[in-house]
Amino acid sequence: MNDKKCIEFENVSKSYGSKQALSNVNVKLETGKIIGLLGPNGSGKTTMIKIINGLLRSYQGTCLIDGQLPNEVSKSMISYLPDEPYFQEWMKIKDALNLFRDHYQDFDWALCMTLLDRLGLDPNLKIKSCSKGMKEKFQLALVMSRKAQFYILDEPLGGVDPAARELILDIILKNYNENSCLLISTHLISDIEKIFDEIIFLKNGEVVLQKNCEELRNETGKSVDETFREVFKC
Amino acid sequence: MKNFDSNIPIYLQVMDDIKKQIITGKLKPNDKLSSVRELAQTYAVNPNTIQRTFQELEKEDLVKSERTSGRYVCADENRINNLRFKMTEKVICDFINELNELGYKENDIPQLLEQVKEKYYER
Repeated sequence: MNDKKCIEFENVSKSYGSKQALSNVNVKLETGKIIGLLGPNGSGKTTMIKIINGLLRSYQGTCLIDGQLPNEVSKSMISYLPDEPYFQEWMKIKDALNLFRDHYQDFDWALCMTLLDRLGLDPNLKIKSCSKGMKEKFQLALVMSRKAQFYILDEPLGGVDPAARELILDIILKNYNENSCLLISTHLISDIEKIFDEIIFLKNGEVVLQKNCEELRNETGKSVDETFREVFKC
Repeated sequence: MKNFDSNIPIYLQVMDDIKKQIITGKLKPNDKLSSVRELAQTYAVNPNTIQRTFQELEKEDLVKSERTSGRYVCADENRINNLRFKMTEKVICDFINELNELGYKENDIPQLLEQVKEKYYER
């Protein structure tokens, strides 16, 4: 058997000035699962993800990745898709691939080229000339071309048109390795809920629910999307 | 089949689909089932959902798992006939329930069925 790895949040709190972004979060993310991190805007999704990736360092509590604080080792285990484009505009898509190849030993160049092709993206395209949706697609291709333990995708569907969402889900499912953990933050739940094992609901920085999706449907007779709408009714 | 009703656990819906394939003979006794990974892609769902589907189908003895070689459709014709009857029963019960909701009584059903059947097969 493969031994399970996990990301563990213990009593994690974080505030930006007077704004409490996370309060007392206790969560365990295990490999072998696809987990949906769900919450309305400003509920703390991206803050959690930034902590996992070591981009935020001043917070209370601990966040351990396979037993360690975020460091170089944890970064090599995590393939991270940020919620905004981060490549220089003058670069070509191919330049970004080179960068990934230099930085990550687990990057699969050939796979990435295949994915770009499926997404209809030309490697010689300048990033400057890509639309928001194209940038998202291309960054997703990069991230899914690594063989990582954890894939952390922050809003992978936000700028992508509905027709391409199916393709992206397919790419995610095909390239996700069953022994890894996939964490996807989103508020486009109905498009994606069928691929989740588990969901985490974040409300004002607090985890209000962590549950297996099928159990949730069994108990409520409702879709995750509908439950979400009830919990977060404005 | 890609359109799941997200109000119902997905493993149940995949189970139903596989059961239908068994009943209609698309999957024959002793046929080998596709792997978890393949089915996950066909149905565009999480591999663990397919795993769960298989577990439940095994519990109902419709699928047998051979340790190393994979999973096979059950060879027991009786069991498959039972399954066919159970699924038929469910369709008919749902049908009667809905007619009751529309205000029809037991005695109305045969005549109604005749009427609609004619129209249906004309098409």
